[in-house]
Amino acid sequence: MPVLSEENVPLVQRFFVFWDKVGILLAFLVVCVIFGMLNPVFFNPLNILNVIRQVSIIGVIAVGMTFVILLGGIDLSVGSVVAFAGIIAAGFQAKWGGNLFLSVVIPLLIGGGIGFMNGFVSTKGQLHPFIVTLGSMSIFRGATLLVAQGKPISGMSPAFRFIGAGMVGPIPFPVILFIGCVIVAGMVLKRTVFGRYIYAIGGNEEAALLSGIMVERYKIAAFTILGFLSGLSALILTSRLNSGELVAGQGYELDVIASVIIGGTSLMGGEGGVYGTLIGALLIGVVSNGLNLLGVQPYWQMIVKGLIVILAVLLDKLKRRFRTV
Amino acid sequence: MGEDDVILKFENVTKRFPGVLALDNVSFAIRKGEVHALVGENGAGKSTLIKIVTGVYQKTSGEVIFDGKPVHFLTPHEALRNGIAAIYQEFNLIPALTVAENIFMGHHFTRRNFIVDWGKMREEARKLMEFLDVDIDVDAQVRDLGVAKKQVVEIAKALSLNARVLIMDEPTATLAQKEIEGLFRIIRFLKGKGVTVIYISHRLEEIYEVCDRVTVLRDGRYVGTRNVKEIKVDEIIRMMVGREVVEKFPRVAHHAGEEVLRVENLTRHGVLENISFSVRKGEILGIAGMVGSGRTELLRAIYGLDPIDAGKIYVKGKEVHIHSPLEAINHGIALLPEERKTQGLVLLLSVLDNLGLPLLPSLSNRGFVDDKKLTAVAQDMVEHMNIKTPSLLQKTMYLSGGNQQKVVLGKWFARNCDIYLFDEPTRGIDVGAKIEIYHLMNKLIERGSTIVMVSSELPEILAMSDRILVMREGKVMGELTREEATKEAILQLALGRREEYARVE
Repeated sequence: MPVLSEENVPLVQRFFVFWDKVGILLAFLVVCVIFGMLNPVFFNPLNILNVIRQVSIIGVIAVGMTFVILLGGIDLSVGSVVAFAGIIAAGFQAKWGGNLFLSVVIPLLIGGGIGFMNGFVSTKGQLHPFIVTLGSMSIFRGATLLVAQGKPISGMSPAFRFIGAGMVGPIPFPVILFIGCVIVAGMVLKRTVFGRYIYAIGGNEEAALLSGIMVERYKIAAFTILGFLSGLSALILTSRLNSGELVAGQGYELDVIASVIIGGTSLMGGEGGVYGTLIGALLIGVVSNGLNLLGVQPYWQMIVKGLIVILAVLLDKLKRRFRTV
Repeated sequence: MGEDDVILKFENVTKRFPGVLALDNVSFAIRKGEVHALVGENGAGKSTLIKIVTGVYQKTSGEVIFDGKPVHFLTPHEALRNGIAAIYQEFNLIPALTVAENIFMGHHFTRRNFIVDWGKMREEARKLMEFLDVDIDVDAQVRDLGVAKKQVVEIAKALSLNARVLIMDEPTATLAQKEIEGLFRIIRFLKGKGVTVIYISHRLEEIYEVCDRVTVLRDGRYVGTRNVKEIKVDEIIRMMVGREVVEKFPRVAHHAGEEVLRVENLTRHGVLENISFSVRKGEILGIAGMVGSGRTELLRAIYGLDPIDAGKIYVKGKEVHIHSPLEAINHGIALLPEERKTQGLVLLLSVLDNLGLPLLPSLSNRGFVDDKKLTAVAQDMVEHMNIKTPSLLQKTMYLSGGNQQKVVLGKWFARNCDIYLFDEPTRGIDVGAKIEIYHLMNKLIERGSTIVMVSSELPEILAMSDRILVMREGKVMGELTREEATKEAILQLALGRREEYARVE
């Protein structure tokens, strides 16, 4: 009996395995080629790096969101967490002594802490994370305004500015952070017990529980990771803008969730992965950038993004319907 | 019996599911205005028959003749419109709406087909309640009613559609004694008004109180119909059980060792009451009882899935406190759940990943899974358990039922536990795979493990168990040794006829 080969897998299933692996990549490449043909500037290396740098801010969060969505959860509060952690970072930079260490570590801890609370309340209280994080979304937007007293905080130190604006050789530092997160997360999901259990819980929570997996702990951990990465995203954004902005991160939840879903991770949980999320985030970035280069009004970008998300979810639905269980 | 007496007649009704013959040429008739009991063991085909009458299932062949005409309902709604209503254990009511609205759900009284005529609806609902002689406020929300009153609302709903045949599936299962009397009064009253009632119950004593005739099904076949006045309960049980030879069950000799698991006065209010038993190394303890008797709940409580209110559990002589499956596993206990697909497997994941679920922590280094070791263990299991799969990477959703069950078994087999809790280990599996699973159970026993097995299949539990615990309504009704155990003895305990059994002893 052949083991670890995919030769004997049924044809329909093989098609979807193929689609899962390359479908989104193909779509991404097609979109790139079209934009490149319409405007050659698109393929300019500087433009490419610019796109990836912009994507990094959303992408880092999307890596965390992949964990949460794989478990069948959702987090709407990420944008507000970015704003809150960002204003705290800016505060430590410009107002409370300018200590670099504190202005990096505290926002990360705050992000992780908020994620932990989201996970804790939704699992222990058996509430849908949609509603819990909808609450936190409002709470931390408000907290941001409260801390900032309604005014942005600006004036970061050069060292802090490196996080969002620095270059390592020709590559922007945020890009390194983003790609690093993708690689580590990919390894965690594929190679570690933690990762395998994420898929098991997302696929069938009850079977996972009966197999002795501490389901609640893993869920809380996933939310905590997402919160932590939202904190990291806040550092990049604040550093890049040289300011803690009150409206920072507004609407990020859509871009982040869209990246994950477009990347093929199922909203039902249990299927998908972080490499898909990477492509999903890049696709969104490329669409925005391409439309910009073509001189399309920015308003259209939102409309197009929304349509892409609906299309991605529709594809996921079709995939499930054609798979005979 | 004149033909015009008959309201509902089955002629050679057969229902085939993939791999299972659920009903095999069933023929009998139900008379107008009688209360007709339908009995049989779990899986005898009662529910399938009812679901065919009410249009939930479509028959494979044969005829259902209703009121002299062959009928073939495609949906429950269609059956309902034609005067056949069924009330299941799970009510089909909308909790947030009022009693009146629920009664006329789907056929609201309206003015000009547009505006709900509340006055008329309340009035008609009130008339129905008066007709049934019950005191229920038609403006009350259904969620505020007790079980018995909800049941009356269901009955009223059926009557509002002029149901001429009313099917009741285990109507007394969740009622208190006084409420049961109320229900019987209504049933007798309906009978007086010419409504035919088909009454399904595991409680044979009730049949004598309210039914005229009783039909027995066994293994999807019609066994017979008798006048209730002319048949003793023992004879009904004999008809239910049959006199066939026991199927083939491989069984090895067991050499019981020291006590491994002991449960003392385990109680979970309203579910389990004062359960005590003990099992020794190398033994199979069978747990018999009707569906809903608390068997599954007992296993869940031991496994730490449901909290217990009182009682003690000892594993190998030491008291343990188990609050989660992980703790149970760490004490050497494994549970093979009742529902393979929803509880046993992650269907989206491969055979490899499923086999690995309880093993990963022991097959990993600082959190990283050792894929070589995992593959080796999984490959070993696939061969050992004879799991038929094209590859270790095949998603379990594409395996057959028997092979899925072997994967569930395999993941615990590899884990090497002391105590295996099996819940319906062979349900829905074809005969060949069943025998393989019995062989695997034997291997576990030979290895020195202990098995506690819940099963609704009496031949299986009789053949495989060393001792049998019989449960009813959350209580242990008795314990039978292998020598004492017969189908009749188990059924009598399971149906609550303990005294008589004691006398036989």
